[in-house]
Amino acid sequence: MTNLELQKTANEVRKGIVRAVHSAKAGHPGGSLSAADLFTYLYFEEMNIDPADPKKEDRDRFVLSKGHTAPGLYSVLAHRGYFPVEELLTLRHVGSRLQGHPCMQETPGVDMSSGSLGQGLSAAVGMALAAKMDKKEYRTYALLGDGEIQEGQIWEAAMFAGARKLDNLVVIVDNNGLQIDGKIEDVCSPYPIDRKFEAFNFHVINIDAHNFDEIRAAMKEARETKGMPTAIIMKSTKGKGVSFMENNAGWHGKAPSDEELAVAMADLEKIDEELKKAGE
Amino acid sequence: MADVKKIATRESYGNALAECGAKYPDLVVLDADLAGATKTGVFKKAFPDRHIDCGIAECNMTGIAAGLATCGKIPFISSFAMFAAGRNFEQVRNSIGYPHLNVKIGATHAGITVGEDGATHQCNEDVALMRTIPGMTVIVPSDDVEARAAVEAAINYEGPVYLRFGRAAVPVINDNPDYKFEIGKGVVLKEGKDVTIVASGICVAQALTAAEKLAADGVDAEVINIHTIKPLDEELIVASAKKTGKVITVEEHSVIGGLGSAVCDALCAKNPVPVCKIGINDTFGESGPANVLVEKYGLDGESIYRKAKEFLQ
Repeated sequence: MTNLELQKTANEVRKGIVRAVHSAKAGHPGGSLSAADLFTYLYFEEMNIDPADPKKEDRDRFVLSKGHTAPGLYSVLAHRGYFPVEELLTLRHVGSRLQGHPCMQETPGVDMSSGSLGQGLSAAVGMALAAKMDKKEYRTYALLGDGEIQEGQIWEAAMFAGARKLDNLVVIVDNNGLQIDGKIEDVCSPYPIDRKFEAFNFHVINIDAHNFDEIRAAMKEARETKGMPTAIIMKSTKGKGVSFMENNAGWHGKAPSDEELAVAMADLEKIDEELKKAGE
Repeated sequence: MADVKKIATRESYGNALAECGAKYPDLVVLDADLAGATKTGVFKKAFPDRHIDCGIAECNMTGIAAGLATCGKIPFISSFAMFAAGRNFEQVRNSIGYPHLNVKIGATHAGITVGEDGATHQCNEDVALMRTIPGMTVIVPSDDVEARAAVEAAINYEGPVYLRFGRAAVPVINDNPDYKFEIGKGVVLKEGKDVTIVASGICVAQALTAAEKLAADGVDAEVINIHTIKPLDEELIVASAKKTGKVITVEEHSVIGGLGSAVCDALCAKNPVPVCKIGINDTFGESGPANVLVEKYGLDGESIYRKAKEFLQ
């Protein structure tokens, strides 16, 4: 896909996130929106997957270690064809396949249940290890929050991945700078994130989370990196695309009201218009 | 029973894994720097490519096993019960239990028979923790024969299984041609009509000793080995309780939440009778030789006999 096509798709993914969280009257829009471009790139460009065969044996795997941003994952899965986009409106409703946090038994395309922070990366490491043991080509991607890496288990997993030279593993850190209690550096600073992963024997790439050229180049570099796992630290804007949510920790885990939904959708429609003009 | 062969069930665990290695190519074994103690070293030696030492990081080991299971492996994670179930509780619940992944937890060094290492390493709470997780199977083998059979049964069972093994050598009591292990099925080791003694793990042999002493006093005790705490063989226990009218449970575990509690749960719903729970009485353990601790904490045959007499008066 061209960058413009990816941008348009990502904007649709963002609309799905906002509508789903509004319908649920609860959920985590901020970190879903900050990672929407990454979700889009992974599922529309990077990963070897088949929505018609979600459990295909040699598919690439994705673990949403920051599981609370499930609306982002669900929206991209729906737009990629794993299930109908309208099903996003069932998010967090009783009986829905779209649980508050990812559930691999319920949702087509979800490779691992997650949501208790710090645990997902270990599972991704296990998947990457399984590929190595079986001499398979599939790759594993894990998305972490920058607040999540305060959990010690992340570094247990990182130490293991580095020590085992799992070059089929790509760890992405969504560095939007905010967690529930405020700025990550005020709560308990994880910085410098890049040098920490370097110290754990990762190849580290710093990028802008909202620039598809940089995402594309980083994924290519990760594929070409042998003998060590890759960590992509992506500087992002929490709430990206929705004016009143951007850079506001208050929108970490809150649903928009009807009025706020209208403003949010208008913001995203405006982005559509701009992308349309850019394409002409 | 003085000349009976003795073997620690952790040895049985390691040996069973090594024996099963060739038959089950998807079997992989994970350790957290305790392969020497959990006895998985024999598997590691035979199948070095399928043994993964995760270092001293049990929570990560648990998550790695979950990931391996999603890719078709049958992982056994090995550590002391204190870490496998205690430190790991939430990882087991959320990364293995909730997605119902095919991971087996081989927990060695359970209970006070850890001995000299003392209370920090003597886990008397693991059965309680594990049996609260929906879909988790909990097995506490009583000897070498049962432990080895349980390992292979766990491999052939699809879903999470917690297996509890001990550090100290215990008598082999199931060494007979009729022995058959089936998950969820208790074993009547001695029929009786006056009282039912339900035991698990290393306490089964001690319960048999107590039953012999009771027989000398004219008390005919039925002894049931419950190797699977969950799912519990309620039918067998209820039928026995209906016959004898009194039940004693014996376990090397806290009296809160383990075998005794599981038996009470079943009986209070289906056939309420007086129950005497023998186990670790809401206290931590301490350092000392395993056999001395077994006596001090009242889990030996003589102590069980005395408590039974008191209960039956």
